[in-house]
Amino acid sequence: MELVTEGKITDIKTLENIAREVRINILKMLTAAGSGHTGGSLSAADVAVAIYFSKMKFNSKDPQWKERDRFILSKGHAVPLLYAILANAGYFSPEMLITLRKMDSPLQGHPCCAILQGIEISTGSLGQGLSVANGMALGLKLDKIPSRVYCIMGDGEIQEGQIWEAAMTAAHYGLDNVCGVVDNNGLQIDGPVEKVMGIAPINAKWAAFGWHVIEIDGHNMKEILNALNEAENTKGKPTVIVAHTVKGKGVSFFENKVEYHGIAPTQNELDRAIKELSNG
Amino acid sequence: MGERIQSTEHRAQTTDKKPKATRDAYGETLLELGKKRSDIVVLDSDLSGSTKTNKFAKAFPERFFNLGVSEQDMVGTAAGLALTGKIPFASTFAVFETGRAFDQIRLVVCYSNTNVKLVATHGGITVGEDGASHQALEDIALMRALPNITVIVPADATETSSVINEITDYVGPVYVRLGRPKVPYVMPDNYKFKIGNAYVFRIGRDVNIIAAGIMVDIAQKAADILTNQGIDTGVINMSTIKPIDEKSLLRAAKASKLIITAEEHSVIGGLGGAVCEFLSENYPILVRRIGINDVFGCSGSPEELLNLYGLTSENIIETAKEALKK
Repeated sequence: MELVTEGKITDIKTLENIAREVRINILKMLTAAGSGHTGGSLSAADVAVAIYFSKMKFNSKDPQWKERDRFILSKGHAVPLLYAILANAGYFSPEMLITLRKMDSPLQGHPCCAILQGIEISTGSLGQGLSVANGMALGLKLDKIPSRVYCIMGDGEIQEGQIWEAAMTAAHYGLDNVCGVVDNNGLQIDGPVEKVMGIAPINAKWAAFGWHVIEIDGHNMKEILNALNEAENTKGKPTVIVAHTVKGKGVSFFENKVEYHGIAPTQNELDRAIKELSNG
Repeated sequence: MGERIQSTEHRAQTTDKKPKATRDAYGETLLELGKKRSDIVVLDSDLSGSTKTNKFAKAFPERFFNLGVSEQDMVGTAAGLALTGKIPFASTFAVFETGRAFDQIRLVVCYSNTNVKLVATHGGITVGEDGASHQALEDIALMRALPNITVIVPADATETSSVINEITDYVGPVYVRLGRPKVPYVMPDNYKFKIGNAYVFRIGRDVNIIAAGIMVDIAQKAADILTNQGIDTGVINMSTIKPIDEKSLLRAAKASKLIITAEEHSVIGGLGGAVCEFLSENYPILVRRIGINDVFGCSGSPEELLNLYGLTSENIIETAKEALKK
């Protein structure tokens, strides 16, 4: 997969295999780094893989191609996921992945667009990606370029007020080229989202803000693809996909464990995790 | 001192013009630029009548985006527009632009190095009657601390217009601080602003006043009086606070015994801070800072407040004499 100008992989098995490779790379790079965010990188993996490889137009050899679709990881701490995808898509060599979080590496602990092609905007301070996505969507509409902008947010992240400012903006300007995803894994650093600061009802909130809302199982590739198609065909308003996910998805001993929000696997855990994923 | 320029010569060219607010010059310049360049877009957060972006909005509604009362979203949206090749000008009051949206400016403008022009109005104490909540006295300190951004404080309408033209062609984050009230013209009609180039009205042998914004006019009045009283005083308009014009600063310091900074901002972290940082490391010299002395403002007319906080030529004169005595 050297050069991808059109995602357009619609075969579910192929996408699931890419997601498995991406998960293994996430765990390898986190283990090599010795720190980083495991749980939220794994929970969003299936949706992100589907967006990149089944829907997005891009060219890794021409990262600034004007007509590309854009992907914003608003929950920037899940950046190992994005790096693993970009390496898979040919933006840089997969060998670079193990430089994550190391000095002099463009693979910073949180995404930095000024030093790594393929990163559309720097994130890490939560709540900011959707506003940037809206700005891109407005610019694309002004230029009459039919590209789309995808923005993945965490469920804890939507506690940020700026998300709701941006939610109003996207609806107000009818930004149907924006597709938001809420990675609804139910956990944030301090514990269950509903215990730390309840955000329920998520769907009703987005709907009240003028968005088309699609609720899916965020690990079911078929449901993900259907939702992405529905989003693309929804005109006049932005769409948000509320993806029910499992934090740490794919590795039994990481799943639904709040402790693995912000720590990396040990070498032993990595070996066991790869075995599990390979057999999956 | 072969390069002495009489400040009175410069002012003679502009005395026939009526005072004008820098924000008005901004609104008019944006409108003109909008006619020439289709890549300019303008954002505001419900203050377009005050920031004067409403002129652009009326002429080019498809390129104007009102974000409502949401400064953080405005800055993020501006960054997104910049990333599609637009030149976004995002405006609101200085206190909201830099305070409310500081983290957004830090992350998606400065760290991301996006081509966003943050042009804030209602900077400083001359906001007046609205009081302290609306008087930005720390905006320059906040912006100056961020890497990648250029910080500019124009002195009058002529300079504002030139600044807005210049930063349209410059690629990178810029913060421009404008004011609410009408201010006299101080810059020559043919003046062209260049980022990082101070405008030296005159170099004094005893005192040099490094001023920005409305304080340039006030500094000139002080300099004339001091010079007439035998204390040879020069004035530099340091409109680019960052990157500061080190060459002109050094020249002024080497020529004189005392440097006075004058700004409509806290004495902490703004022009005074920038000048002290540079001079203390490169040419230690006696410095006095005129500005707001680490307090919040209050309601009052601009003139009353300038007097209350000592942003006057009288205070500059007194400060100079007091410092030279020691």
